[in-house]
This record gives sequence, C-alpha cells and structure tokens, in this order.
Amino acid sequence: MNRETTVWTVVFLLGAVLLAIRGVMVGGLFGTAYVKVDEREFVKVATDDGETLWVDAHDEDALDYDLTQAPESDRRRWTTAEQATPIEYQQAVADDPNQTQYRFSLSRTLGIWIAAFFTLAIFSFLYKDNPFYKVAESVVVGVSAAYWMVVGFWNVLVPNLFGMIEPRLVNTWAMPGLDSTENHWIFIVPLVFGIMLLMRLSPKGSWIARWPLAFFIGVFCGIRLLGFLHADFLSQIRNSVVSLYVTDGGGMDILWDSLRNLILVIGVLACLVYFFFSFEHKGMVGRTARLGIWFLMITFGAGFGFTVMGRIALLAIRLEFLFDDWLWLIDPTSKRLADVAGMLMPSLSIIT
Amino acid sequence: MYEFFKNLDRRWVFLLMLLAVAVPILLEAKFPEKATGLATAVFTEVENLEAGAPVLLAFDFDPASEGELGPMATAFVRHCCEKKLRMYFLTLWPVGPRMVEDAVARVIKADFPELKYGDDWVNLGYKSGYEGVIKVIVTDLKQLYTTDHFGTSIGNIPMMEHIQSVQDFDLVINVSAGYAGTKEWVQYASTPFPNIRIVAGCTGVQAPLLYPYIPSQLPGLLGAIKGAAEYEKLVLDKYGANHPVRDADGNPVLDEDGNPVIPGKYLEGIRRMGPQMVAHILMIMLIIVGNVIYFVERSREGR
Amino acid sequence: MKRTAPMIILALGGFVLLVAYFIPYTQGWGEDAALWFDILAAIAFILGGGNLLKIHLKKMSDKVPGWGYSAVCVASFLAMLTVGLLKIGVHPNEQFPDYRWSGTYDQVGSPFWWLYEYGFKPLTATMFAMLAFYVASAAFRAFRAKNFEAILLLGTAFIILLGRTFAGVFLTGFIPEDSPMAGLKLENLTMYVMQVFNTAGNRAIMIGIALGVASTSLKVLLGVDRSYLGSGEE
Repeated sequence: MNRETTVWTVVFLLGAVLLAIRGVMVGGLFGTAYVKVDEREFVKVATDDGETLWVDAHDEDALDYDLTQAPESDRRRWTTAEQATPIEYQQAVADDPNQTQYRFSLSRTLGIWIAAFFTLAIFSFLYKDNPFYKVAESVVVGVSAAYWMVVGFWNVLVPNLFGMIEPRLVNTWAMPGLDSTENHWIFIVPLVFGIMLLMRLSPKGSWIARWPLAFFIGVFCGIRLLGFLHADFLSQIRNSVVSLYVTDGGGMDILWDSLRNLILVIGVLACLVYFFFSFEHKGMVGRTARLGIWFLMITFGAGFGFTVMGRIALLAIRLEFLFDDWLWLIDPTSKRLADVAGMLMPSLSIIT
Repeated sequence: MYEFFKNLDRRWVFLLMLLAVAVPILLEAKFPEKATGLATAVFTEVENLEAGAPVLLAFDFDPASEGELGPMATAFVRHCCEKKLRMYFLTLWPVGPRMVEDAVARVIKADFPELKYGDDWVNLGYKSGYEGVIKVIVTDLKQLYTTDHFGTSIGNIPMMEHIQSVQDFDLVINVSAGYAGTKEWVQYASTPFPNIRIVAGCTGVQAPLLYPYIPSQLPGLLGAIKGAAEYEKLVLDKYGANHPVRDADGNPVLDEDGNPVIPGKYLEGIRRMGPQMVAHILMIMLIIVGNVIYFVERSREGR
Repeated sequence: MKRTAPMIILALGGFVLLVAYFIPYTQGWGEDAALWFDILAAIAFILGGGNLLKIHLKKMSDKVPGWGYSAVCVASFLAMLTVGLLKIGVHPNEQFPDYRWSGTYDQVGSPFWWLYEYGFKPLTATMFAMLAFYVASAAFRAFRAKNFEAILLLGTAFIILLGRTFAGVFLTGFIPEDSPMAGLKLENLTMYVMQVFNTAGNRAIMIGIALGVASTSLKVLLGVDRSYLGSGEE
C-alpha cells in the first residue's frame, strides 16, 4: 500500500470513528431531515353557470359543492412534503405517537449526507488533488449545465418563444394559465436564429452560427455602448462636479466636507492623468500621475479588504452547514431540542 | 523560526484559516453591530414607503454567494413584510428562482402566512438575457413577463394590474452577486430613468466598484456581510420582537434577561461577523509575518 | 456572403438599439431586438449543454486518461436534464390539476429540486468557499511592502480589514464619538477611505472603462473589428 493510499485510508477510518462517536453522543442518527406530509385532493365540479372548476377537497370552498358524487376520473390526488424541523417532529410524536403527518425523510437525510460528502470532497483538494475531488468536480459541471438548460427551456423558450408563436399549443400541454391566443409569427425569426446557433455543434455547418452570433453581439454592443456612456461616463463626470466650498452644516463640518470634496476631485483628476499614456509622464504630468497611482493603490487596498471579507463569509456558510445541518454541533436557528443537539461548546456572546 | 516560516507549506495556512472560521462558529461568537451611513440610507428608503407601495425585489445571486447575500435577502423581505409593502420578485440569474423561493419560505410562509400570493407578493421568476431583460422591462414589463414563475397569466394576477414597467415601482431592491446585477440595474434603469430609485446589497468584491454611483444613481448600498449585519440590526431594532421564537403552546421563548429570543434566521449576518473578525485578524497577522520574513531575507542578502 | 451577412446583421441589430434610445417612435423596435436577444440567450444554454456532451462523449469514446470522470459528468448531466425537462415527480399546478405538465420544474420535493439542493448547491457553494483559503495563502506569500505604493495598499487593506469588524471598534474605542479626533476611529476612517479615496479611484477607472467599451463597441458595429467572425477558413 503506497503512502497516499495509507493517508486516505487513515483519514476515512478516523472520520468513521469520529462520526460513530458523534452518533453515540447524540443518541442515534444525526444529520436527519423531517417533513410534514399533506395529502391533497382536487375534485372537478360543475358550477351553477354550467362551467367546470377544480376545488381543493380540504378547502372551505369545497363545502359549497357535493364532492361525493364526483367519479374517480374527476379526482386528482397527490402528496406534498414540506420541510419540518426535528423539533416539530419530536413535538408531534410527543403529542401523538401514532401520528403520521410528521415523518422522517430518507431522501432528504441521504441528501444531507451526500451534500456533506461533496463538501468534504471539494475541501480535500486543499490537501491534494484526488479522485474524490475530481468526481465532485465532474458532477458539478454536469449538473450546472443541465440546470441552466432546464431553466432556459421552461422559463424562457416555452412562454416567450413557443408561447408567442403558437400559444394555443403551449396552453394545452404546458401552460394552461397562458391567456394569449394570438399568434406572433415574427418570433419565428428568433426560432430560426436559435436553430442556426445550434449548428455550431456541427463540424461542417458551424459557419451558419455566425449569423445569430452576429445579431447577439450587435445587440449587446448597442445596449452596452449607451449604457456605459450614460451611466459610467457622463454621469460620473457630473457626479465629480461637486462644491469645493461646502456651506451646508456648521462649524468643522464645513471644513471636513469641503476637504472631502477637494480630495475627491483631485483624486479623480490625478487618476485620469495617470491613465493618459499618450503623454510622457514627466515633470508636472509625472508628479500628478504619481499622485494618481497613490490614489489607485488606496483603491486597490480597499478592494482587497472587501474581497477578503466576501470570501470568508462563503466559507462560514459551508462550515455552518457541516456543523449545524450535518453534525448537529450547533443550533443557531433553534431547530432541535437542546438535549438532542448535544451541543459541546458554551455560546460566546459579547453583545452588550 | 525564520527558516520554518520561509519554507512553510501553504497547507498549514489553509488549516489556520479553517480554524479561524470554524472555532468562532462553534463557539457562536457574536459581537455588537452599529449601522453606518449607507446601511441607514438603505433602511430609510424602505422605511419611508407607505403600506401597499409596490416594490421590486431583484434577487440576482446564486448559492455560491448565499453566505453573504442570503442574510440581506432575508432582512429585505422581512422589512417589506413588516411595512406591508407589495412585493414583486424577479431574478436575472438562472439559479435566482430558488433564492427567491428560499427567502419566501424562510420569511413570508413561516412568519407572515396571512400575506396572499397574487395580492401581497408575486414571483415573476427568471428571464435570460441579463441587461437585455432590464432594457425591455424598464419600458414594458408585460412584454417579457407574460406569466409568473408558476405559469399563471400576468393578466390574472391582481397586483400586476397597475404595473406596466419598472418605472411603476416605488423602489427597486437589488441583491446582487456580480454580472448581471446592481451595476446593470444602475446603468439601464436608474440612470436613463431617474424616477427609478434603486437600493442594493452586494458582495464584498463588487462593493468598492459601486461607490462611484452613490448617492445620485444609487442612494444606498449594503456591502458584504458587514452591510447585511448592519441592516439586520436596523430591522431588528425596529421590528425585532414581532416574530420571536415560540414554544409548543405558541408563547414567546425568553432569554436569561427576559427578552424574546429572536429567530436565528434573522441574525445570520450578525452571527457571521464573529468568524469574519477572527479571520481578518489572521489575514493581518499573515501579511505581517510574510513581510517580516521578506525584510529579514533582504537584510541577509544585503550582507 | 459567409462574412458579409453577419456583419450586416450585427450592424442592424446594434444601430436599432442606438436609434431606439433617441427616437421614441422606434422604442418598440429596440424592445423587440432586446426580446430576441433574451430568447437567443436561452438557446445559448442549450448550445452550452450540447457542447459539453460533445466534448465529454468524445473523451469517453477515445478513452483518454480520466475518461471515467467524463462519464460521471455526462451521467449527472443527463440525470438532471431528464428530471428537469420531463418534470418527473412534479405535481400539477393546483389551479390546473388535470394538466400533468403545469407544475413548476423546481417544485420542492421533486427529483430536480433534490439534485439542486443536495448536489448543485453544496458543490458550487463549496467551490467558491475554497477562495478564502487561497486568499489567505496569497496574502502570506505574495503581499510584500516593497515600496511606498505597496505600503499604501497594505495600510489601506489593514484599515478596511479592521474597520469593517468589531476589532476596529474595539481598538479605537477609547476615542470619544464627539471628539475632533473621532475621524481617526477605525470604523470612521474606513468610511472615509471608501467614500473619498476609493470613490475617486474607481470613478476614474469607470470613466476609462466606459471610453474603452464605447470605442470597442463602435469598432465592432462599424465592422472595423471582425474578430467575432473567426479565422475565415470556412
């Protein structure tokens, strides 16, 4: 057995032992999920006007109708499962041990453990590249691409393309809530463009994809050109025209506000001088450009500080998932009874 | 010591960072928060709206940035619910609909079940095209959004009756993780149409880049998890006791001082500032140690 | 034709948007062009998925080293796609219980939702969480105060890192709020740095980028820059 295999074996065995110890501390399985199950039934009824509508059999409105006469073909049943906290499950069982509304969910519990495994697999890359990380990476690539395709299809193509070209067809199979009946045949143009775009996958016909790509790029350029000129050029110049002697407020505020505006204007101008590479940065221009560099360094330092802030918060939420949802070491949202959570650490709060 | 740090394997640095974040989480370390000017500006913009005012909530983020932006989204939805504003949700990101659903489940369905879909809030869902979407909806929203996220025709949703475009909203609240996000909303909505007012919450990476828009194009901005924590504090100070944790009989659970316990979901930002502080101190120490090594090495080479 | 037609289409699409901005009568044309743009963007997702399949299926058929991971990628892609497109396990919309396809594809409890919640979400979130470690490592190994500019950068970073947390409040807590020196409190200093120096620097960068975007867009619209047409071998 080589060194790497030994390390991974030891890591897995240690992990299994720690999980077993955690299970003993909790007094059973942890990282479990529960659901509140709801049996839904909808019945088709005829109104006094001769129209038909579907009513929720458990709703108050259903009392206005005689649902007992409806045949099986006019009934639809399904079960919904809403997320429930362990505390809700335990209270439901405590109230009625035979209740079935709140249940342990095997699929969601497996999901939590799989999510924890994926999280640790990705983190394992920090030690060394390994097959677990590669598997996790492959899964995320595949799942992301498919997710985007599904979202694009159901959110955009069905209502905004097919639903515009032939709304009656879309109405009958996918979107009965779609009211429109008018055909907008002009939308065949983006449909044809779309098919041409997909030709990019073909080895011989990929030049056809240039047409829709050109349209895409043209519209993109048109949108961006004006957006950037208006918001990032003209408006920023206007925002830089500020009073260098502020008279609002009193006392030292006038000094500080005026100083702030002066530094702001000098800073913008100095940085812009630095970006003028057509002039040689010598003499007065050079000194101004140097001042501009100092302003930019402060800007980049601020950017670095904020970037660090952003990254750490992302790590914090992953660790919260591992400690809260999976290992039940903490319970910040009060989802579990204190004695079941098996919390190890006292809470440290310096809130005054 | 010098040789040890000079040749330090970076995996030890990784371990230090892991401990710096994990230990405060396990200890549930919390520190006091004080709101700064920008967070107060955002809060005031929402607070000044009248009950029933239409507000567009554009949640342009995904699970990768949920750590920073999830608390903001929760706080915004809660504030809008407490003010009884009419909430219109949409998103420019493909994964955004789930972020909307999560915020709705966490706040509206859990603590405001009296709010009715179609009358008090509506989820318009996702449309592809990034700034192309904004370009269309600033003048004609119903041309693109023919149905809501659940397939109901827009014409059959009562609260959509008087909404023709984004200009009909009293405020746009944008939670943004990058492109397309706050910058695009400013460029294609609030700049060409100054009657559109936008406040935003964004990631730490984006925040410094958006400061030039403040205050004329962007009256308020929540930057990174600190901004989320400040906004949560403001909302809690105003509405904190409204939805405390309740026991099985429906009575509020009280802490040692006799105050109602606030649900943890409304304290996520404040909670994450604990590990944030420790990690920041670690970063500063790492930079200092790295520079000490550099200067010692330089002085040795100088000899 | 292969190169001229795309150039004409590009110019038409772009100038319609430009004209629509200034002439109210043509605003509808601009909206239509943007609407078609949005639809093409959704079709681009299909192109992306198709390309992924093409690349990974080729790796599998050629049995290149690591083709097993391609098989995992394709399997997860097809699983997510199937349950999503066919709305497997999705209940109908409550208003239309007799329409099997009327429910939303991401309904809570459906297999698509399960794959998102326990596959996609933890994986993407953890991928980005890794950046915290790399930022720490980079700070230790690369951030050196070699000259005055670097000292400015690091000094500002220290002010922001401390000022945006309770550490800054604690360190300068001895300065009274109403004293003339209150501006030196780290949290106030942070605000000042962001609202003055950072704004100045980023504003200049923004102006420069805006000019760059404007010139590049004009070059593309006028046909000066034809890099989007490819190498021209087809």
